[in-house]
Amino acid sequence: MALIDLANPTRFLALVARVLPWLAGATLAAFALGLGLAIAAPDDYQQGATVKIMFIHVPSAWLAMLIWAVMSIASLGTLVWRHPLADVAAKCAAPIGAAFTLLCLFAGSMWGRPMWGTYWVWDARLTSVLVMFLMYLGLIALWRTVEDPSRAGRAAAILTLVGTLNLPIIKFSVDWWNTLHQPASVFRLGGPTIHPSILAPLVVMALAFTLLFVTLHLAAMRNEILRRRVRTLRLMQAHGA
Amino acid sequence: MTALAAVLVRDARIALRVGGGALMGVLFFLAVVTMVPFALGPDLALLRRIGPAILWLGALLASLLTLDRLLAADQEDGSLDLLLLGPAPLELVVATKAAAHWLTTGLPLVVASPLFGVLLNLEPAAIGAVALTLLVGTPALTCIGLLGAALAVALRRGGLLLPILVLPLAIPVLIFGVSAANAAVVGPLPFGAPFAILCALTLASLVIGPFAAAATLRHAQE
Repeated sequence: MALIDLANPTRFLALVARVLPWLAGATLAAFALGLGLAIAAPDDYQQGATVKIMFIHVPSAWLAMLIWAVMSIASLGTLVWRHPLADVAAKCAAPIGAAFTLLCLFAGSMWGRPMWGTYWVWDARLTSVLVMFLMYLGLIALWRTVEDPSRAGRAAAILTLVGTLNLPIIKFSVDWWNTLHQPASVFRLGGPTIHPSILAPLVVMALAFTLLFVTLHLAAMRNEILRRRVRTLRLMQAHGA
Repeated sequence: MTALAAVLVRDARIALRVGGGALMGVLFFLAVVTMVPFALGPDLALLRRIGPAILWLGALLASLLTLDRLLAADQEDGSLDLLLLGPAPLELVVATKAAAHWLTTGLPLVVASPLFGVLLNLEPAAIGAVALTLLVGTPALTCIGLLGAALAVALRRGGLLLPILVLPLAIPVLIFGVSAANAAVVGPLPFGAPFAILCALTLASLVIGPFAAAATLRHAQE
């Protein structure tokens, strides 16, 4: 089935109804396996059990970036190909992306407290993620400003693409800024490269998080399509009355 | 070309007349700079150290303040529709409008910054560095803001949203502007590297801003 076939929302909804239970099941299975492996994984010789925060933190960071990429592609879909579901995809991805970015920041902060002795440092990586979180929130705010979805969709698509152009520049500037202000003092983990006993659960957890995102995203898209239908019906009813 | 010149002259004239608000940015800039010693205490040594950062932050906020009027006023009186229908390429028209906006709101900030630098006890070298970096950096702020202004127009009521959307995009300009200004005073890094990157950011925003803003305006019309 080509992407263009999904331009018909009804066909998309039928597909979602068919795959969503399987995706949810796969997500649950991946999480069960991943969490099991994570619990079984050995403690770090320096960091103790806190290293297990990584199994939440790293996949969230990965998703924060993946979801922005998904939104960028969806924005191209809105502006270039005029795919009718592209702005639905972009709109539904933003809150999920913001949530995972927040989870990443929160887990990192929880990890930072025992490791570095502080919840927050203005390290380059933390700061970049914080800026990304701000940009997610700005996009969500933009979506919530306008009630006409198609107009908000194109504006949000342009902002998303400009954001995509800017994110590497912001990352670069923040790295530069940080090395200027504070030479590497915190992110000096210095341990050995990641051991297979930790890598395996990390990969499974990353897979589980990605599956979770796909599941949530498809469900959110379904809800958004239905919401728009309800809105259209209400408008028609109001006009008819 | 004459059309673009006409837009430039018209916008500058409107901004300078009663209700145009060209000097609001400078007044706000002065207000921000005045607030800082109240918050931090009148310690001249401290103010001298953080002065370039305060001036840059003040200029950034002041340039945000006036962005709302960059395109919204034209939309309200309908002249934006005429510009959209006109023969001149929309990218150049919005770039011209941004230039007029910068001349009436950005340039005054640059001109005022040496005076405010004296208030913050900056040395002459630092004052020069801040003015120079602001001269190079404020066009970038205007061009990034141009996209925000176009989004605000496209959304009909994005005025409140504008600073939230624009500020994250302005972070690189702030970083390199302040770094270059500081580098000129205290070092240890040379002034040239951050200044060159600041110039590059400005040039990039001069391209991206008008194109993105024009695209936003076009899509908003559909």
